[in-house]
Amino acid sequence: MADIVLRDVEKFFGSVQVIRKVNLTIKDGEFVVLLGPSGCGKTTTLRAIAGLEDITSGEIVIDGKPVQNLHAADRDIAFVFQLYALYPHLSVFENIAFPLRATRQPRSAVERQVRQVAAALGIEHLLARKPGALSGGDMQRVAIGRALVRRPKAILMDEPIGALDAKLREDMRMELKRLHIENKSTSVYVTHDQVEAMALADRIVVMHDGVLQQVGTPSDVYAHPANLFVAQFIGSPVMNIAPAAVKTEGGRVRLALGGGAAAFEMPAELAPRLSATGAGGALSIGVRPEGVQLAREPATGTIDLEAHLIEPLGAYDIVDLKVGEGFLRARTPAGFVARPGDRVHARLDPAQTHFFDQRSGASLGIRLGA
Amino acid sequence: MAAIRTPVQVALNRTAIAAVLVITLIFLAPIYWIASTAFKPRNLATTIPPTVIFEPELSPFAKLFTKRSQLREAPTPEEYAAAPWWERLVFDGGEKVVRSGRGEIQLSAYPNRFLNSLIVAITSTVLAVGMGTFTAYGFSRFKVKGEQDLLFFILSTRMLPPVVVAIPMFLMYRAVGLNDTHWGLILLYTAFNLSFSVWLMKGFIDEIPREYEEAALVDGYTRMEAFFKIVLPEAATGIAATAVFCFITAWNEYAFALIMTNRRAQTAPPFIPSQVGSGLPDWTVIAAGTFLFLLPVAIFTFLLRNHLLRGMSFGAIRK
Repeated sequence: MADIVLRDVEKFFGSVQVIRKVNLTIKDGEFVVLLGPSGCGKTTTLRAIAGLEDITSGEIVIDGKPVQNLHAADRDIAFVFQLYALYPHLSVFENIAFPLRATRQPRSAVERQVRQVAAALGIEHLLARKPGALSGGDMQRVAIGRALVRRPKAILMDEPIGALDAKLREDMRMELKRLHIENKSTSVYVTHDQVEAMALADRIVVMHDGVLQQVGTPSDVYAHPANLFVAQFIGSPVMNIAPAAVKTEGGRVRLALGGGAAAFEMPAELAPRLSATGAGGALSIGVRPEGVQLAREPATGTIDLEAHLIEPLGAYDIVDLKVGEGFLRARTPAGFVARPGDRVHARLDPAQTHFFDQRSGASLGIRLGA
Repeated sequence: MAAIRTPVQVALNRTAIAAVLVITLIFLAPIYWIASTAFKPRNLATTIPPTVIFEPELSPFAKLFTKRSQLREAPTPEEYAAAPWWERLVFDGGEKVVRSGRGEIQLSAYPNRFLNSLIVAITSTVLAVGMGTFTAYGFSRFKVKGEQDLLFFILSTRMLPPVVVAIPMFLMYRAVGLNDTHWGLILLYTAFNLSFSVWLMKGFIDEIPREYEEAALVDGYTRMEAFFKIVLPEAATGIAATAVFCFITAWNEYAFALIMTNRRAQTAPPFIPSQVGSGLPDWTVIAAGTFLFLLPVAIFTFLLRNHLLRGMSFGAIRK
């Protein structure tokens, strides 16, 4: 196992730049997830680490050795593809043994290692079969077995469970996590599914337009999004984002949303801290639905709003509150708001309210009540 | 789940089966004609109406493989009794097998022409499919400058009916000494088939996910190893289908074989009809030669039938 370092990595496809000055250090034994929408450059970055894609400039270092000019075969890493890429004409045994055969090991050693990996993955009974006769989950287990068997320096995975159905995806997710904990293998994992990323990652790397947006632990990325893109990409349901204006009246600070249709009370420290950032421009706020707190009775700091839509999701409901022309989504206990049209009393939790520069999208880094 | 069919659907289905049967019969009729004539006594070969029921005999084949001459006088009973069974069949037809001064039987040119056909067709098929597969792989997997133009150029070699260039080809071949040689025909047929092979194989290789090779590349194999270990087995179906088409084209080719060869390298197609003109035409011998000539393609296709069925329905033309 080894660490992987990317230094100023850039990649052009023709005149299109798909990776821009990416700098990233993946520590030995770490599970890093590259997360982003399709076309953000995450898969290209992964393929560049694997050597399946040349980079235009920059340096890729694996285990202290620059590898950007080495063939994929000489980088000693394993790659798990989304569509498994199991060889249809070879049995499961031969598929897993395939990387070992490249190293010309004795028969008995190959046999032993394949059986060991198969046992760890619970696929011993499938060894004689052809991939075509396997279920999606088993195919992915075989693909992971093929990656693990060689004990590579790192395992790269490109949406390995993206093609499975929801239930299986959850099972495989846990299995991947278990395998990583057992093997402590340096892993880089690409996905566009933020739930997967949150569940698996030691650190999440959020990418957009070929640029790293934020690198951090799942809780860090969730609780302190670096910009509007990360704020909206991470978390489900999506964070409420709205243009806001700060109004100060007689020592009380209010946050006006929806063109002034609703003004939420904020701690007085907001005003000086905002002016301290020097961001004089337009302001956007972001609040996750759990940061919009509802009450049936009026209380200090609440304002009266109308529930417009209710999405019952079983464990909780998502309630759309009408604010001017727009909506504010709140997460409530199931059945908290009986029916659309009911009036509720809402406040924004200042500790969960994020402030962004509307123009640049960057977070202003203001944490109230913290 | 079995769908319930309406009477109309049942009727349509039966009509379709009947139509297929009729079409099959139409296509099989000439083959039956050849096969039956190959086993007929000579006097029944040209009767009107055709003789359908007869006692099959092997004399056409005995004649096909031997050099014969007309009998001036009937063989003596001792001579007849001493002759092997197939030579008697020739005697029965009023001819005798030509023997050398030392009494060795002289073979006709047919076995040699048949062998020429095999050599030329097999070699050119192997070359066309082999080079076609490599070329198709290159076009399919790498960024080739002017790829579309090059592919179109390759296709354009088939836009002219080949016979149009027969005379210039003949002159060129004569100038470089390639006429009446095996390599001459092999070169020609390989060139005919190559464009077809490239296009067909490209279709098949495009269908093989790149991830297969990429997985092999990451797993420590060179591209060459990945090609032989992964791409070739995966493309077997396509290779089989392409090989059958190339083999049939080379095997059946008549016009160039007629023009470019006359003795040493002559293949069976121009040879068989040339036998019509020696003396009275013996249609049974021609039929026997044609019948044997049909067999290799039939056997080759039969052996590869599973690949072919998959090949026809899988990829091929789809982009």
